[in-house]
Amino acid sequence: MTNKSPKVALFITCLGDQFYPQVGESVVRILRRVGATVTFNPQQTCCGQPAFNTGYRDEARQVAVRNLDLFEDADYVVAPSGSCSTMFRVFYPELFAEEPELLQKVERLRARFYEFSEFLVKVMKTEDVGASFPHRVAYHDSCHLLRELGIETEPRKLIKAVKGLELVDLQDNQVCCGFGGTFSVKFPDVSVAMARDKLRAAADCGAEYLVANDAGCLMHLAGYIHRERLPIQTLHLAELLEKHE
Amino acid sequence: MSETGVHSSAIHERAKEAIGDAHLQEAYRSSTLRLYSHRLSAINQVPGFEPLRERARELKREVMDHLDYYLAQFADSVEREGGKVHWARTAEEACTIVKDIVKSAGAREVVKSKSMVGEEIELNHALEAAGIDPVETDLGEMIVQLSGERPAHIVAPAIHKTRHDVSDLFVEKLHSKRTEDPGQLTAIARKTLREIFARAGVGVSGANFAVAETGSIVTIENEGNIRLCTTAPRVHVALVGIEKIIPRLLDLGVFLRLLGRSATGQKLTSYTSILTGPRRPGEDGPDEMHIVLIDNGRTGTLADEKMREALYCIRCGACLNTCPVYRKIGGHAYGWVYSGPIGALITPQFVGLDQARELPFASSLCGACREVCPVKINIPDLLLHLRGNVQERVPETPQAGEVVSERKGMRLWAWAMKRPWVYSLGGAAVRFGIRWLPSAGGHGAQKWIARLPFYPFSNWTRGRDFPAPDSVPFRKRWKKLSS
Ligand code: SF4
Repeated sequence: MTNKSPKVALFITCLGDQFYPQVGESVVRILRRVGATVTFNPQQTCCGQPAFNTGYRDEARQVAVRNLDLFEDADYVVAPSGSCSTMFRVFYPELFAEEPELLQKVERLRARFYEFSEFLVKVMKTEDVGASFPHRVAYHDSCHLLRELGIETEPRKLIKAVKGLELVDLQDNQVCCGFGGTFSVKFPDVSVAMARDKLRAAADCGAEYLVANDAGCLMHLAGYIHRERLPIQTLHLAELLEKHE
Repeated sequence: MSETGVHSSAIHERAKEAIGDAHLQEAYRSSTLRLYSHRLSAINQVPGFEPLRERARELKREVMDHLDYYLAQFADSVEREGGKVHWARTAEEACTIVKDIVKSAGAREVVKSKSMVGEEIELNHALEAAGIDPVETDLGEMIVQLSGERPAHIVAPAIHKTRHDVSDLFVEKLHSKRTEDPGQLTAIARKTLREIFARAGVGVSGANFAVAETGSIVTIENEGNIRLCTTAPRVHVALVGIEKIIPRLLDLGVFLRLLGRSATGQKLTSYTSILTGPRRPGEDGPDEMHIVLIDNGRTGTLADEKMREALYCIRCGACLNTCPVYRKIGGHAYGWVYSGPIGALITPQFVGLDQARELPFASSLCGACREVCPVKINIPDLLLHLRGNVQERVPETPQAGEVVSERKGMRLWAWAMKRPWVYSLGGAAVRFGIRWLPSAGGHGAQKWIARLPFYPFSNWTRGRDFPAPDSVPFRKRWKKLSS
């Protein structure tokens, strides 16, 4: 870490903003705790993924293009979401492939764009952020985080550093939970059946909490848990890292 | 015998049925899991599996970039070896070619070994219509043919059937003794088929690879029936999709090592046959060898630089076994011959995007298919590309319960997302509106909604509750955080 405190612009994601604002708060406090200066530009809305994921390239492009300007002056941009980070880092280059000037902007942004856990471990070189949580916790790998960004060890390092926590071995932890953006409403029966499998696996390994790093997966899994009144709770990684029990 | 036509729009209904069928769920779960874990242990034993995948990909790219050259070379080589090459632009043409060959051979019965391209062109229908009896000799295909179904998997056609199902089927259709022992079931099938092999005049096979340099076709199998189909009858017809070409015999090693391991977890399949031309004096084998090179939409895919990659597929089925969606809904729900992730990519090339509108969406884009694909086809990326094409070219089908069409909804969404004040206002309106929706109770601060109105939101609450948005969004909390 440099002695100058890195300037981090947050991308909070629309789901995070509207449904999980406490996750954003945890992100802010943890980033400050490890020495970053945090900013948030309220001009931001969404990364454009819902449209892109459904095949509406034009609409996605219109929304995305704003984001290229919003984050010009930060050292780093950090998002507590694997799929939105993927949108910026993997799909934006595709979206603007035929627009060289914008593509240059994308490249500049990509190089500074980090997912939250990745930023803590890779840039801030921190694994222990001082949390303690004496519970049995399972970690679910969100697909984009895992397969598009290759972030597999970072969240685990952070989780393992939480005092008192027991990380249980979730069978099939790398199988999709069934959210998949608009897939969740286009194929609701399949989507729900996949959630059922995931939560059965979590119950089988005796987890009290299921932790993931993406609001989409959590919303979907928590929705099923609530409908079926299952004895397990979901937590976003950032919330877990702020726990002190 | 099998049903015809494409039913991609029925995927929702069929998926629902499949998910509700506990028997089917178990059959798919256990079989795909077995194939998946076999694959895993087989590839873990190979040092250098990664470079092998890269090499295969390079070879495929080379072939697809110069397909005209390699096809011509293949055709020349086949003729040089005494075989006959036929070119079929469409499924119909391919069927007519085969019918003519069978007729001039004076045969009434045809033995077939497993061939996906045979399914694709609906050869059995065409033959039956011409008074010719096609008999499937692969055990899985035979089971599927006896039940009047389509294959449910590229590699394991009867993956959806348990031993118990097969036993019932054989008792009913072959009047055999009831047994659930796989060995005995195989023996029953073999006995039935043996007589047919002895009298059939024409054998039809597919091909796993076609070697440009030597004009050989390569088939791999575990049962031995392909060997019989291609050697016992006097005439052998091989159906070959034009994407099956590989440059040299030397390259075969790369693909064989990948295919066996990816498909079934075997180092090599039990039989690998390299067939080059018809029988020469003093040899066993057919007097005539016909190779039908089938396009049927493939050149269209070739012309699309992005989609071209889909033609690298070596039909190992690994993507099906790892796909959580396929594992849930099974092969038949996809509504056509090719199912699973690769099916969603290539079906539109054969039947047209309008017929296959739903397929590119039948994926959560989790990427597990790309992870296992031996030739590293970027399936999720291509699915996204197809989704874009669908929205640009195919009119959308209105859904029950929708107030605005998807396109208009997306336009409205984009309009709002470009204006933070509209976005915030929208959030506030939703917070206000949900007071009137049926609550599902809550734990802690979180309130839940049991039923959302309007498609597509109403689909969310079919099997899940929906969280009410937080009363204070992050952007409002930020002021406090920053002060
Ligand atoms: S797409 Fe890849 S994994 Fe799927 S069948 Fe083809 S080669 Fe195998």
